[in-house]
Amino acid sequence: MSGSQNKISVPNDGSTRPNGAASLRRRFSWMHVREQAIHFILFCCALLSVLTTVSIIYVLITESVVAFPPNTAFFQVVSLHEFFTETRWTPQYAEEQQHFGILPLVTGTFLITGISAIIGLPVGLLIAIYLSEYASPNARKWVKPVLEILAGIPTVVYGFFAIRFLTPMLIVPIFENWLGMTVFGKNALAGGIVVGLMIIPMVASLSEDVMRSVPNSLRESGYALGSTKFDVSSRIVVPAALSGIFASFLLALSRSIGETMAVTIASAGFAKLTLNPLAQIQTMTSYIVDVMTGEVVSGSTVEKSLYAVALVLFMITMVMNLISQWVLSRYREVYQ
Amino acid sequence: MALVKRFTQFVDPPNEGNITQVPESVPTLGTPKIETRGMSFFYGTKQALYDINLQIQSRAVTALIGPSGCGKSTYLRSLNRMNDIIEGTRVTGEVLLDGADIYNRDVDVVSLRKRVGMVFQKSTPFPKSIFDNIAFGPRIAGQTNKSELQVIVERSLKQAALWNEVKDRLKESAMALSGGQQQRLCIARALATNPEVLLMDEPASALDPASTARIEDLIFELKQNYTIVIVTHNMQQAARISEMTAFFCVGRLVEIGQTKQLFTNPTQKETEDYITGRFG
Ligand SMILES: Nc1ncnc2c1ncn2[C@@H]1O[C@H](COP(=O)(O)OP(=O)(O)O)[C@@H](O)[C@H]1O
Ligand SMILES: [Mg+2]
Repeated sequence: MSGSQNKISVPNDGSTRPNGAASLRRRFSWMHVREQAIHFILFCCALLSVLTTVSIIYVLITESVVAFPPNTAFFQVVSLHEFFTETRWTPQYAEEQQHFGILPLVTGTFLITGISAIIGLPVGLLIAIYLSEYASPNARKWVKPVLEILAGIPTVVYGFFAIRFLTPMLIVPIFENWLGMTVFGKNALAGGIVVGLMIIPMVASLSEDVMRSVPNSLRESGYALGSTKFDVSSRIVVPAALSGIFASFLLALSRSIGETMAVTIASAGFAKLTLNPLAQIQTMTSYIVDVMTGEVVSGSTVEKSLYAVALVLFMITMVMNLISQWVLSRYREVYQ
Repeated sequence: MALVKRFTQFVDPPNEGNITQVPESVPTLGTPKIETRGMSFFYGTKQALYDINLQIQSRAVTALIGPSGCGKSTYLRSLNRMNDIIEGTRVTGEVLLDGADIYNRDVDVVSLRKRVGMVFQKSTPFPKSIFDNIAFGPRIAGQTNKSELQVIVERSLKQAALWNEVKDRLKESAMALSGGQQQRLCIARALATNPEVLLMDEPASALDPASTARIEDLIFELKQNYTIVIVTHNMQQAARISEMTAFFCVGRLVEIGQTKQLFTNPTQKETEDYITGRFG
């Protein structure tokens, strides 16, 4: 920080270094300016992300909860009571038949999330156990990049895979041809399955991290009591890492809830209150896509409904992320 | 470095197979519970133990002493094959438990470790309740009967002199116990599988004097029924609790003898240097 090393500020007599008192005095120096500039730029970057978040929240709230007078917010038109209890979501109808009950979107979203959880969480956890407890360093070297590739596939490709492959070649043959059920061309099952595949890498790598941080001394104690590798994994490592695993599940599910493109392609049609995985559904995210890509009258209730749905979505995923961050940080404390 | 392998003279080499006829020529020693013959140990290419010939007596305490890094832990951990967990380790020679070589191909490591329990330097309670900690071994061995487990937990905690302190809070987390209590919990946990041998690697080195004294009392009690091998860096402790003491130095067994004799009248110069250096 001191400018004494800087050529500009050092008295140029060349013979002696400045004495102690002089070298501590603050003087103009380019190094100091540079430090300040770097600090400022970094601060601006941080500020940018904070500002983005704040302005998104601001827009969501002013469009859906309270608006500045000439405008009206969504909840000033549709009551909270209707929004949360009405079972029909029919913004596409003429105004007098429109209903804005978010339940069908919520059930659609949770149908996708539930199916993805059934697939993604156990498989992800088993991969994590494999990587952390069983795999040789060599095997890890192969499996981890493959997981990263899986994580890097664009979601639109997953959606395409679901509608072009999963539904016609797997779901229809099994459920329609064999079991005689009705399968929609777009159905929740196909979307749920691919979202499940999508979250596997996330669950696997986060859970693996927490399992590897379980101290080796616990494993050794387990082996010393006559445990097999499976005993150690299932009765010591997984229970000890449980809160961290739980947090990774929450993060993965919040990703499932927010997943948009694959679901829009593979499952989304009209909103209907149903838990039938073979039917078309509408999720919160795919509804937003649907309205945004269609013709929507600016300032209409339909347009405002976007913000209300987005607000609900934002709050659900934010709460889940906060809980999992909190659980993870507490978990780290335990083993530090 | 002049090394005398004092115990090789007791071994009858032509003794084949797994039945050990222990030479009766050793008056003060009973049947060895554990015996290593010409045993060497390698971490990859690094040799940590050289040609160890050592007999460990049943229902007695054998102390392993020596400067740090000389292979005491390595030796101890090879007695229940804990070193198998470490990649690239290798044992040559024989390690006999009741006359059977535990490194034989057909030995089931899991059942070996049930017979030869281990307590580590750092207490390692599982993040579970006190009850679940003690019941861990019996449960993985297939015991599911609740009342049986209760009996085992109570017996083990009593053996480890911990019952009175924890009997009212068996459902509470074991992590909440004090350091000394945690170490006795680990001893109780090891006892719950009904081992024949108990290996202890500096079990009291992280504890305060009062807790150390309790652990020593406990070891004194346990040796009535168990064969105990204990590593300690504390020579007074070895002198207090053990019948036999073995002195290791840089991967070699320098001397083994009755504790009293080894401390008062060591036959090897290295032993004497070590003992007097410490006792000063
Ligand atoms: N996991 C390991 N890998 C390689 N070398 C090891 C390992 N553990 C111990 N050693 C080495 O083996 C020797 C004996 O170690 P150890 O048995 O722990 O000694 P002690 O318990 O007497 O202090 C030391 O030189 C140590 O560095
Ligand atoms: Mg050691």
